[in-house]
Amino acid sequence: MYPLTRPGLVIALALLFTAVASRAAFAQFELSGSWAARNHEDAMERGPGPYAVDYTGLPINEDGRAKALSYSASQMFMIERQCGLWPPLYLVLGPFGMKIWNETDSVSGETIAWKIGAWEDRAATTIWMDGRPHPSANAVHERGGFTTGTWEGDTLVAYTTHMKTGVIRRNGVPSSDQATMTTYFMRNGDLLTVLAILEDPVYLSEPEVITKNFQLDSAPMRPIGPPCVPGYEGAGSDSVPHYLPGENQSIDELTTLYGIPREAVLGGAQTLYPEYRKTLRKSFVRPEKCVRNCGAPAR
Amino acid sequence: MRGHAAFAAIAVLMTLAVSEDAVAQGRGGQGPPAPTATAKASAPIDLTGYWVSVVTEDWRYRMVTPAKGDYQGVPMTAESVKVADAWDPAADEAAGSQCKSYGAAAIMRVPGRIRVSWQDDTTLKLEADAGTQTRLLRFNPSQATPGAPTWQGESTAQWELTRAGRGRPGGPGPEPPRSGSLKVVTTNMRAGYLRKNGVPYGERATLTEYFNLVRHRNGDLWLVVTSVVEDTQYLRQPFMVSSQFRKQADAAGWDPAPCSSTW
Repeated sequence: MYPLTRPGLVIALALLFTAVASRAAFAQFELSGSWAARNHEDAMERGPGPYAVDYTGLPINEDGRAKALSYSASQMFMIERQCGLWPPLYLVLGPFGMKIWNETDSVSGETIAWKIGAWEDRAATTIWMDGRPHPSANAVHERGGFTTGTWEGDTLVAYTTHMKTGVIRRNGVPSSDQATMTTYFMRNGDLLTVLAILEDPVYLSEPEVITKNFQLDSAPMRPIGPPCVPGYEGAGSDSVPHYLPGENQSIDELTTLYGIPREAVLGGAQTLYPEYRKTLRKSFVRPEKCVRNCGAPAR
Repeated sequence: MRGHAAFAAIAVLMTLAVSEDAVAQGRGGQGPPAPTATAKASAPIDLTGYWVSVVTEDWRYRMVTPAKGDYQGVPMTAESVKVADAWDPAADEAAGSQCKSYGAAAIMRVPGRIRVSWQDDTTLKLEADAGTQTRLLRFNPSQATPGAPTWQGESTAQWELTRAGRGRPGGPGPEPPRSGSLKVVTTNMRAGYLRKNGVPYGERATLTEYFNLVRHRNGDLWLVVTSVVEDTQYLRQPFMVSSQFRKQADAAGWDPAPCSSTW
């Protein structure tokens, strides 16, 4: 055995200390990769889009309901709004998968941030892992908000503030710029379950809780997103398309098609819990056959 | 002498580096916990107690019985559609098969409350008030008695543990709190319905579930159950959904009710 020289010894020890220390600082789970969406739940809401007035399963308050009922999808054709993008919650509301990668410190190798690539109508997300604070309450709000993250066991917990006003369903159910979102990333083998909890003191009476499933995909995703180029699509800029109170003609669509009572269609925290089925039972009438948006392959 | 000390130091560090991998198990990973500890004693998370399902997804497929032919989101085969199109809830009721939509592959989607407790050191008991169903999640599958398929089938459970020592901010330091998740694989299920309106799964179906816990910043404890149903007879691809439950302090709302085909 050859004795180590002093410089060799120092280098060897330094390398080993670095190896041990940096291994301990690694993320609990590797999240990098292309994650394909599995939209088996809320398939219509996440895919083609929800009915104009379908607030089922949403814990909205009176203000949220009133604003939602005033919404017209024609707003999206306004030049000013075409590139508004969906809010960060769209990660679980939308149909897309996600590409995740990490930015690392070039010296320590530690993860500074996790990045979730943009899609056509959702901004990219940066989850800062370096302990930086959230901006002042008076700081500007961005489409993607501001997000920090920590590991709790094997779960990546991301906390988003400073979002712009947006929606919690793509039929205009609103979220305010005071909303915050906590997102939990839980990996089990090749499955990734994302739980998002949105809290909004303006439009929700209790947190909105949504999950979405992803599966690791060997086919690389190519995150594409903004810039968006607006163009004239027939909507003028002299007014904002909307419905005045009591004028939304779609309010009874779900009742007609699926027999769901109007008060349930309009959502609210009480409708989320098992005991609400007792209320539903008094007025629900199951249609004999599904006639629209029934899913499944052609028969 | 100094060289020997150096080699000793290097050996210690290498041991540390290697042992970190040796204890790492990881969710979705390899190997059960140490055989000397019972499943109950080695539980990395506490699932016991009362939980209420919070129905924010698939609302019109769960809170009410959907119409015949309403199959949004389920990757059904042509054979599956044919079977579902023939759904007759009254006939199910008359045949004593009113629990078809309360089987293991569907029960976590049924609005209700669940009660989780340890039946013994190696068996978690999961009771659902909806349909008055009981699942036994066995960490020691040899306790199961093979027989005819049942609504809840035979469930084999396994803890999946957090990788030790990873993810601590600032490098080496105290071990993080013990954490992990529960993986359950269920087979030998009696043929049933994934949805109340007759979307079928067969007796050869396999259900794989992951139970994860998260503590939200407002103090709420959430149980998220990710379910994957594989059934080559009735599904074109694995059917994946995740259901969320919030922990309750007590049994409030616990309301056992019998199975029903029509409601």
